[in-house]
Amino acid sequence: MTQISVTVNGTTHTADVEPRTLLVYFLREHLDLTGTNVGCDTSSCGTCTVHVDGEAVKSCTMLAVQADGREVTTIEAMAAADGTMHPLQDAFHRNHGLQCGYCTPGMIMAAASYLRENPSPTEEEIRGSLEGNLCRCTGYQNIVASIIDAAGVMAGKG
Amino acid sequence: MATTEQYIGQRLLRKEDAKLLAGEGSYIDNQSMAGMVWMALVRPPFVHATIEAVDTAAAAAMPGVVAAYSAADLQGEWAAGLPMVWPNTEDIKVPTHYPLAADKVRFAGDAVAVVVAATREQAEDAAEAVSVRASALPAVIDLEDAASDRVVIHEDLGTNKVTHWSHGGAGDQNVFDTAPVIVQERYTQPRLIPNAIEARGCLAYGSPAAGEFTLVSATQIPHIARVGHSIATGIPQNKLRIIAPDVGGGFGSKLNVYAEEALALALARKLNRPVKWIETRSENYVATIHGRGTLHDCTLAGTEDGKILGMKFVELADMGAYFQLLTPGIPELGGWVYMGPYDIQAYWYEYTGVMTNATPTDAYRGAGRPEATFVVERLVDAFARRIGMDPVELRRKNLHPPFTEATASICGLSVDSGNYEPALDRAIELADYAQFRKEQTARRANGDGKQIGIGVSSYIEMCGLAPSNILGALRYVAGGWDGAEIECRPFGKVVVRTGTSPHGQGHETAWAQIVADGLGVTPDDVEVLHGDTSVSRIGMDTYGSRSVSVGGEALRRAVEKVREKARKIAAHELEVSEDDLEWTDGAFRVKGAPDKARTIPDIATSAWHAHSLPADVEPVLEGTAVFDPPNFTWPGGTHICVVEVDTDTGKTDIVRYVAVDDCGNVINPMIVDGQVHGGVAQGIAEALYEEAIYDESGNLASGNMTQYLVPSATEIPAMLLDRTVTPSTTNGLGVKGIGEAGTIAAPPAVVNAVIDAVSHLGVTHVAKPATPERVWRAIQDAKAKGSPEATPGSQGGAA
Repeated sequence: MTQISVTVNGTTHTADVEPRTLLVYFLREHLDLTGTNVGCDTSSCGTCTVHVDGEAVKSCTMLAVQADGREVTTIEAMAAADGTMHPLQDAFHRNHGLQCGYCTPGMIMAAASYLRENPSPTEEEIRGSLEGNLCRCTGYQNIVASIIDAAGVMAGKG
Repeated sequence: MATTEQYIGQRLLRKEDAKLLAGEGSYIDNQSMAGMVWMALVRPPFVHATIEAVDTAAAAAMPGVVAAYSAADLQGEWAAGLPMVWPNTEDIKVPTHYPLAADKVRFAGDAVAVVVAATREQAEDAAEAVSVRASALPAVIDLEDAASDRVVIHEDLGTNKVTHWSHGGAGDQNVFDTAPVIVQERYTQPRLIPNAIEARGCLAYGSPAAGEFTLVSATQIPHIARVGHSIATGIPQNKLRIIAPDVGGGFGSKLNVYAEEALALALARKLNRPVKWIETRSENYVATIHGRGTLHDCTLAGTEDGKILGMKFVELADMGAYFQLLTPGIPELGGWVYMGPYDIQAYWYEYTGVMTNATPTDAYRGAGRPEATFVVERLVDAFARRIGMDPVELRRKNLHPPFTEATASICGLSVDSGNYEPALDRAIELADYAQFRKEQTARRANGDGKQIGIGVSSYIEMCGLAPSNILGALRYVAGGWDGAEIECRPFGKVVVRTGTSPHGQGHETAWAQIVADGLGVTPDDVEVLHGDTSVSRIGMDTYGSRSVSVGGEALRRAVEKVREKARKIAAHELEVSEDDLEWTDGAFRVKGAPDKARTIPDIATSAWHAHSLPADVEPVLEGTAVFDPPNFTWPGGTHICVVEVDTDTGKTDIVRYVAVDDCGNVINPMIVDGQVHGGVAQGIAEALYEEAIYDESGNLASGNMTQYLVPSATEIPAMLLDRTVTPSTTNGLGVKGIGEAGTIAAPPAVVNAVIDAVSHLGVTHVAKPATPERVWRAIQDAKAKGSPEATPGSQGGAA
């Protein structure tokens, strides 16, 4: 067991973990943050995307011990404290950007990170930014529309 | 009775979204219980082998391990094998199929032992410590190889050819010998791996003392699974509850009664502990059903001027190593749409189901109908090339004339309604067909390195599964009805219990729209409960684009029953006769005195306190209906794909994709469009990317997401959608279903486009998926044979 200290959604957690524990299972099973889903075992699907120090990371590609001392943000912290949805969550709702919802947290985390990098992307750039996130329900059309919509809303606010 | 339609047909945002967007979904891996243990399976070392010994002793001694069992240890747990419910012919040969393999393993997912431990990791570690001694047998994966019986997979059956079903044909079969033009083609369709983004998983728990058990499972079919697992485990149905929580995609891969679910139930009973199992993605690739896996020999009989006289198909279909729930019936589901939307005079279809050493196949995204539509639409294009006719004009010439009442079809069933030409016209318009043909001609003339291809796919579906009497005639052992219960709570809220089991399709929203219009409340007043056999008692679940046309219609009928009861109470309270009331603006109003009115919330409250009800009316305002459809529903439409193929590399880019579908009346157009988007994406994937590949030993070489190309947003283009509306005559809503249209229509549109792009080089065939390598090789082969001169404006291609 190795002791780690990770700040997740603003709260610092100190825990003993097995060195082989993946960050995603640390989040899900040690901290009960089950909003981050797991879709594969080859880091292909992007379902488990979270932010580590503000960057999108597939949390199955990282060991919990590698997150020691870092800041992690998950889907649970995207809405405001009063429950108001993040513009991406709201845009996914308004544009039917989700069906079964399983890939959605990863899509939103990936998009949030990308929009910080590129606040007014083209459709093609958005599609490129989602290359590591798989969805089987939506054909991506409304996911892309949701992100374009959210980018507009966020730019308006900025 | 006049109805105010406020919500049906509207783009209402989904009620489902809030919790899923917040990360609060109840997916199976988010569930745990006190005392819970984890199950892991020991998959076999070979795909076909005789098991000599399974030793669980070392595993049992590992940290945290509660138990480790081989097949022999658990044989007493089973009342029967895993069920298959579609013994489609009298002489079908059905292999024995228990949750663990005892004497032989027959495919890569055929588990030989199971381990239970305190944690997920301990269970996986211990599974690796189980020692399996097995001697490998030759494996058969290729369909014709398997059909030769060189290696027989189930010795007791004596052959791999386990079922042969013939439609029996219709019309004058002589045309296949005597027609002026005979086109013969052979098409293979590789296996597909479903890849719902959530793999499978379950949690079983209960009370051995009471004999009561609950299975929470990522399933599409809680109601059917209750019957199936009761048969396998011997837990009586009245003691077995199945719960489908939020489910992360199904696509048919969760339309089954799986070994792991039965094992979890049996172990919960044996160990008196909650038992949880979560499938890994790599496990999912071999242990969850596959789709497709077919070889079709096709014949089209036609005239020189482009009239299709008849079509004939003889198919070998890959069953895999065992029958799962519906396996032998899947090709047969396609067996009724081999005429496509065309008015033809002769029909033949037959198939032979063949066992192979691969994962069992079963219903996957369209189930039989994509396989049928692909070969029909490839064959129609081959005919167009043969006679040098524009593929759109050829289709137009052959489309069935419009009909608005149920009409007998050459396939032998009655089609509910159909009007196919408007969809073709609209698709041509949206696709800029004429403009792209000009562009194609110009690029051909220039010898451009990137050639334009246009592919057309006109289709018909058979959805709304299913009329129970027809299912019975087809030897399916269950019915095809569905149920709905409406409970009007006092003060205005409504609870709906539906027998459908959505997993992304938006029933909570669409069903609320139906009820809101029918009862004069808002969708926010309506809560739709589903996916739990103890909550929605009467159900037949979600698959086969059936939910709205069967379950939605049951709900519409339940609404009518509620209103019938409410009318009695309203008449009593308003002191008028029932005939003096009319339902208008969301209330029962006295004719001529509309201010004298009772709303459903008013009546629900009166019916609940029951202080003064008419003598013949029971308390509580509720209504239940079960609907058995008198017919299938038959959507149709046309999809057009425009591609650009790089003739140097064989790479295909989709330039435009147009889908014009007719799913009858629409409850929520936003949800309908979303269903089409997802289906088309899968169809494009099937056409260009996805394929299960096996090595010479029968191992799945494309065994995970790094080797099997599930397309991302960069591979899938934006799509242009439109609809035509031909209401169904099968149900009162006039709906037909839309869940599978894209998956059915898209593959031939895309492959036809790829071939069209290089047909002037002499290419007439590219196998699916049309990978850059396959396209490049087809071009090289055509060049080696000597290509015909490119003729501007012609469809090109060798006969």
